[in-house]
Parts: sequence; structure tokens; C-alpha cells
Amino acid sequence: MPESSLVKDICSSSIECRPSPLRQSSQSSLPLHRNYMLSTFCTEKNVQECLSHISQEVSSLGLPPVWMESGGSSEMNVVAVLNCIYDLIQLHRRGLRTLENMEVEQLKSSSNLDYLQLTSTQLKEQLELSKRENTGLLERERQLQLKVKSLQNCLKNEKEEVQKLQNIIASRASQYNHEMKRKEREFNKLRERLNQLLVDKKEKKQAIDVLNNIGRADGKRSLWKTEKTEAKHEGEMYKTLLSDYDIRQRELLLENAELKKVLQQMKKDMVSILSSKKPTLKDDQHQDDDIQADLEEEVFDSSKESVELYCVHAREKLTNSIRLQWRRLKSHVERLDNQGSLHVIGRSKNTDAVSRETHEEEMDRLKLEIQQCKDFIQTQHQLLQQQLSSPYDEEKASLLSDCYMLQEKERFRDEWKTLEEQRKIFERERRNFTEAAIRLSHERKAFEDDRATWLKHQFLNLSPFADSNKPQMSKSKSAFLISSAPEKLIKRPSDTTSPTPRCVPLTSPSTAELYPTLCLVPENRYSV
Amino acid sequence: MNFSEVFKQSNQLCKVSPDGKYLATCVQYRLVVRDVSTLQILQLYTCLDQISHMDWSSDSLFILCAMYKRGLVQVWSLEQPDWHCKIDEGSIGLVSSRWSPDGRHILNTTEFHLRVTVWSLCTKAVSYIKYPKACQKGIDFSRDGCYMALAERRDCKDYVSVFVCDDWHLLRHFETETQDLAGLEWSPNGCVLAVWDSCLEYKVLLYSLDGRLLSTYSAYEWSLGVKSVTWSPSSQFLAIGSYDEKVRILNHITWKKIAQFEHIATINNTKAVVYKEVEKRPAVGSDDLSLHNITIGTTLFNTQSKYEICPPPVQVPVVKPDPDRANPKIGVSTLAFSSDSRYLATKNDNMASVVWVWDMQKMSLLAVLEQTSAVRCFQWDPRRPRLALCTGNTKLYLWSPAGCVSVQVPTEGGFQVQSLNWHCCGETLILLGKDQLCLCDDEKIGGNTPLQILNFTC
Repeated sequence: MPESSLVKDICSSSIECRPSPLRQSSQSSLPLHRNYMLSTFCTEKNVQECLSHISQEVSSLGLPPVWMESGGSSEMNVVAVLNCIYDLIQLHRRGLRTLENMEVEQLKSSSNLDYLQLTSTQLKEQLELSKRENTGLLERERQLQLKVKSLQNCLKNEKEEVQKLQNIIASRASQYNHEMKRKEREFNKLRERLNQLLVDKKEKKQAIDVLNNIGRADGKRSLWKTEKTEAKHEGEMYKTLLSDYDIRQRELLLENAELKKVLQQMKKDMVSILSSKKPTLKDDQHQDDDIQADLEEEVFDSSKESVELYCVHAREKLTNSIRLQWRRLKSHVERLDNQGSLHVIGRSKNTDAVSRETHEEEMDRLKLEIQQCKDFIQTQHQLLQQQLSSPYDEEKASLLSDCYMLQEKERFRDEWKTLEEQRKIFERERRNFTEAAIRLSHERKAFEDDRATWLKHQFLNLSPFADSNKPQMSKSKSAFLISSAPEKLIKRPSDTTSPTPRCVPLTSPSTAELYPTLCLVPENRYSV
Repeated sequence: MNFSEVFKQSNQLCKVSPDGKYLATCVQYRLVVRDVSTLQILQLYTCLDQISHMDWSSDSLFILCAMYKRGLVQVWSLEQPDWHCKIDEGSIGLVSSRWSPDGRHILNTTEFHLRVTVWSLCTKAVSYIKYPKACQKGIDFSRDGCYMALAERRDCKDYVSVFVCDDWHLLRHFETETQDLAGLEWSPNGCVLAVWDSCLEYKVLLYSLDGRLLSTYSAYEWSLGVKSVTWSPSSQFLAIGSYDEKVRILNHITWKKIAQFEHIATINNTKAVVYKEVEKRPAVGSDDLSLHNITIGTTLFNTQSKYEICPPPVQVPVVKPDPDRANPKIGVSTLAFSSDSRYLATKNDNMASVVWVWDMQKMSLLAVLEQTSAVRCFQWDPRRPRLALCTGNTKLYLWSPAGCVSVQVPTEGGFQVQSLNWHCCGETLILLGKDQLCLCDDEKIGGNTPLQILNFTC
């Protein structure tokens, strides 16, 4: 390796170099060194200590000891010292060598490191590059996929389009075929007819057979076809067209006038709204001027004739001013909206919530009411339908037919019962009355007979003999008791006219007649 | 409501005279004229063959009876029953026959649409119009009876000729920008002619009376286009129903679309009232199924029905049409404005049992009537906003803004109402069955009548 050889050379040169300065210094520096060393380490006084120290050091280094203490003398073993020095030099050399080796090694490793660093940076760069390439490729792939999707959609659409066109073509083809067949059939018929006509000897001519000519519908005579009539026809045709256009134009004019009126009205309203809102707005200096200008314009416009507005410019002016007003109104409303929403936010939430809540409650209540009404109507409708369409069931019908009158029927039944009872009582009383009347008539008869006999007796016995009357008197007494009232009533009928003594009818008088005669007020008067 | 007795008719040929006094019906080859109020037979005419078409003249004095197979047209007079008129088209054949507005000319379209022959009953003169177009509606007379518009096709191009009905003078003749003209119609004020293309191209052209093109309207391309077109009676709106199940309304000032009505299967609109017809079978006990009851009791099979209001969202029954067949049963095929132009009734063919009523003032859906079977015919009362419809069963249905009513036609033997016509006064309805007819009278004004099964929903 060139680097290592270089290093070696460097090392060898350094080794070569080293001893030279060492040699140089060995002469020059050594005495200095020695002087330095001698001055510091060993002096004539501490030779022994130095010796012992050095021998310790040497022995620690693994060399044979330099000085032995048992010698007893302070004299060094020169051989040993020289050996020691040689060993030390060897050691030193070895050390230097290892140092050189290590330096070489270090150089090698540092160059390796540099190289590796270089390669690593290069590789990093490559990695970066390839990463970027990768993202680029991914991006391209994504775009291509999107393109593929859109192309697929296009393809689908195109396929649908193709299908639709094919259907159209098919329907058109079937239509054409149908027409072709129809025409062919007609053509065949024509051919047959032609053949038939060629073969047919007898040609039936066209003819009209009218009993008598009838007059024209309008009673006028028909005219010869001349240029005048042709011109007249043309004229009439144009007249109809013109009158139609006239009518249409009039209608359009009316419509236009109406619409213009409406637009004017709208403009006036908008202007009035905007001008009335003036004090509430803050930034409307220029708006004031505009509104003023508009009002002036208004005054000016109204003074003009409406005919003026038919010209294009006036129309445009009107529409532009309307647009302007509308825009202003819109912005104003938006502003109000914003203000309103701010207000809502700024206000206390209670009032807001309450108002909304009450509103919602109201809505719910109304909805519920509506639903109830709807249900009610639905049930009514259903019942009505059932009523109309239910199958005829006799029992049910009879049951249901009077269901509404049930209560009244019950009431009527009860009343009927009471009336029946009363009638029965009434009948009974009537019977009693009739019996009483019969009895009364009998008694009256008896009484009359008695009276007659008594009178007869009286007449016959005008003498003061009054014995024979007694049994009759008793009879009449008994009759009198019962008929104390009848005496009165006998008097009454005599007042009226009927002479009851003469003839007493055996038929029982009716109850009504009896009541006044008996002077009985019917106690139980039933007032129904 | 009073229902008259049932009379016979054939071919659904039953028309009230324009003055409203007489009712003419055809029974095979006989023409019966009755008085509308008493239904007494006033006149009876016999034609030479089975009558294919019958029509009153505009002054209610004459009736034409056309027999297409024989190529004959016979005209009868009401004033003079002895008067007769016979038009024989000969070998050229007859495909359609109609009166002119003055009631004195008859226009016969020959077989294969070779030409239109104009016969005059006043002078026995004949005029010919060549190259008429065989399309859905190739001839239209203006309401005042002054002009006639005729669609022609020469050299594979469409033309429109405008004739003055007075003397059949050709007033205007212009080419139209259509591929294949399907129909034309005058506006009620007689100043604008609407011309529309066949269903292969959505195109509606508006021409002024003097032949100038006022406007073109095309909602979309390629898909099947216009299915039906109608003017509002005030001439303010032109309603176009198309195969995409939408109705587009054009206004008469700019001829641009002002509204679009969609017929969606799920109705979520809370402002619209959805009436659903609900049938109720009368309860039958097991004892009642005796033969006696079955033969007599048509009430057994006449299920009563009433209307219920369904809350939104409502799902409307949809029938998908066969995609391979031509003229598919999809799209708005029937449009009708009420007489005051306030309401528009529409029917979407793939929701055949539903009638939609739209409010033209608010331009929104007002009511939806869902019936139990496919709606066959609906017509507005000529005097007031009342819609009568029928679905081929024994009931008659009436809608007015106040509510909806279902009326059972009280006839024996089950009278199936297949189509209906209002009398011009708006008080009488003529109900046509397969071969029967019945008149229905409304006593009180406004239609508040006691009915058998009544459900007045507000």
C-alpha cells in the first residue's frame, strides 16, 4: 500500500531523523540533560539513594538488578550497569519502534477513516438522490393513476354514449324499415291496381248525381276568377295578418305599461324605505346625496309624459336606477341582518331563549292541534265511508237504525207508561162516574116516582091525613140523602130547558156532561 | 246525472250537429238523425253500403256519408229529406272524404293519395289538387273557414299550398324545410301555420299566413322526435309532445320554449294532487251466487270505484315498450288544452293509465289521475274547465279543479265506454261503446251532482 509505504518512509525518515537529533543532542543536549538530570536527580550526597532508586526502577522494569546491597560498598557493578544501560537502550529502541509502528498504524487508520468518511458522504448523497428520485417516481405514479381513472370514466361515458347512439340507430332503423315496408306494400297495391285497370275494360268514370243544385252558404253568387279577385284575396290575407299583429302589439303595449308602472312603484317604495332608514345608518353621507338625487329625479320623471318612457334611453335609465336601488336595499338589509345577529349575541340569553322557546312551544302546540283536527276529520271521514259502504246486515241495521233515538225512546216509553196508568185510573173513575150517574138516574127516577106518588097522595089525600107518605118519605129521604145535590141540579136543568122529570134517559151520559151536572171539579187533572 | 237509454251505432260514428240540435248516428248502412233533447228519431236515411265516415256540414243542414269500399259519397239534406246527392269516384277509389268549411264543397282524397277532388254541390263543378301528401295530418282548415293548408310532396320535397276556400284559389305555395312532413295545423287565430316533421327528426316550423318562415324549433337531434302537436285555444301557446316523454311549450311572441313538462315515474311534487282510482268489490255472500243473481246482477261484476288522494312520493306504473318495434308506445301522444287555455291534459304512452293535468298559469303540474286500466279517451268540456275521460270500462270519470268523480254508467249488460264527446254546450256527454251509444246529461251547472258512488275530494 502506497500509504503504508509512505508512512513507513516517513517513519524510517523519522527514525533516521530521530537518532540524528538524538546524536546531536547526545553531545550537546546530553550534557545539558545530564546536567539537568544530575542537578536534579543525583548529587554526590544522595548516590546511595539514587542507586537504590535506580535499581528499584530497573528491577521494576524486569531487568537484573544493578546494585546489590550486600556488596557493602557503594561501588556499582559496572557490567551490570552497562547491561542495564544496554537493556534500557534496547527497551528504548523497542519502545521507539513500537511507537513508530503505532504512529504508522494511526496514520493508516486515520487515512482509512478519511476514506470511509468520504465514501460515507458520497453514499449519503447517493441515498438522498435516490430518495428524491423515488418520491418523484411515486408522484408520477400517482398522477398516472389519476389519469387512468379519468380515462376510465371517459371510457365509460363514451361507452354509454355509444350505447345510446346504438339505441337511437336501432330505433331509427326499425322506423325506416317500417316505412319501407309500408311504402312497398303501397307500391304493390298500386301495381295491382294498375294491372287491374289495364285489364278492366269497363272504366268507371267519376260522376256526381245531385237532385238539384243548392245555393251557396252565404247566399251570394260566385264570382269569376279574375285578377281582381286574386288581389282581393291577397288583400284580405294581409288584412288578417295585420289585424292579428295589431292586436298583439296592443296587448304587448298594455303589458309593457303595466310592468313599467310596477317598476316605478317598486322604485318609489325602495327609495322611500331607504330614505326612511336614513337616521339609523351611520355611514351614508353619499347615500343621502344619492337619495336626494333620486327624489329629484322622481319629481322630474313624474312631470314627464309617460310617452317619453318609451324611448330606449328612458327605459335603460329606469332599469338602471331600479338595479341601483335594489342593490342598495340589499346591502341595507344585509347590514340590518348583521346588526340584528350582533344584537342577538349581545343580548342576555334568557330573553332570547325564552322568546325562541315560547315560539317553539307555540309552534308545537299549533302542530299538535292541527294533527288532532286532521285525525278527527280522518275518523269522521272513515266513519262516514263505513256508513255508506258497509254491507247490509239486518240485525245490525235494525239495532243501529234507532241508535240515536234510544234515549228519547226510553223517555217516551216511561211517559207512555205513566200515561197508560193515568188512563187506567181515568177509565176507572169514568166507570165509577158512569155507575154513579146510572145510580143517580135510577135514584132520580125513584125520587120522581116517589114525588109523583107523594103528590098523587097529597092530591088524592087533600085531607089532613099524612100517614101513608112516611114510607115514601123515608124512601125519598134516603133518596134525598144521596140526591141532595140532584135537587139542585134538577132545578138547574129546569132553568135551562130540559125537563128532566119527564123522561130520564137510561143511557149513561158521558163523563163530560156529568162533571158540570155533578158540580164536581175533577180533582185529578192531568196536564200532559 | 241522467243517463239516456242505449242506442245502437256502428263504427263509432256518432256526431252532434254544429248548432247542437241534432245527433246523427250510423247503424251499418243507415243514418239516424235524432233530436238531442228528446232523442226522438227525426230522420232516417239509407245508404248504399256500410258507412265508413259521416260528418255534418258547418251549417248543420247536410250530412255526408262516405263508403270507402264502394268509392261512394252520399249527401243527405235535413231540410228536404227527398233531396239526394251521390258522388261516385269510380275506379280511382276513395280514401277520405270531408266537407269544406262553407258546407257546399266536398273534398275527396282518392286512393293512393293520387289527387284531391273538390266537388261543388252548388255548381256540380270539379277541381283537382295534385300531389297531396299521405301523412298523419295533410289537410287543415283555418278556424274561420277562410283558408285551407294542404301538404304536398313533389320530387322528394315537401311543399305547403294555401288555398282560399271561397273559390279554391291558390294563395301561396312554398317549400318547407322538413325531411318528411308529418302534419300541419293552423293556429286558432288563423295567422300562423305550424308544420312538423316525422318522428325521425325533431323539427317544428312556424309559417305565417303569407308563407314566410317565422321560426324553427328543434329540441334535440337523432332521437325520435315529435309525437303530437296542439295549439292552445287562445293561440298563445303551442304544445309539442315528443318521444322523450316531455312536453315543450312555445310562446307565440318569440316562438321559443318557455316551459318543459316532464312525465317522471316518481312524483315528488307536493303541490300536485295525485288521484288514484281504487276499486271496491261489493261483498258477496255465498248464498247470492245463485244462477238467478248472476244472470241479472250486473252489479256483481260492476265493481264500484272511487278516488283516493295519495301523498307524495307516488310511483306511477310504467310499461317499457318493445325497443325493436317501430312507433314505440312511449312518449306524449295526446295533448289537450282546456277551452280557457288554463289547463293542459297530457297522456304519456308508457304510462298509459295516467292522465296528467298541468296548470298553464303557474306552468307546473296540477293533478295526476291514475286509473286502473289504460286511458282510452279524454276531452275537455267546451264551456268550462272540466275533463271527462274513459278507460274502456263501465265508468265515466270527471275531473275539475274542485275534485274528481267516478260515475258508473247505469246500463244493463255492461256498457263499455270506449270514447266520448262533449256536446258543444258542455252539458251533455256522448258516450260511445263498441256498438252502442249513450247520452249523459248533467242537470246542475258545475257538475255537483248526486252520484252513485261519490267521492268528492278537495
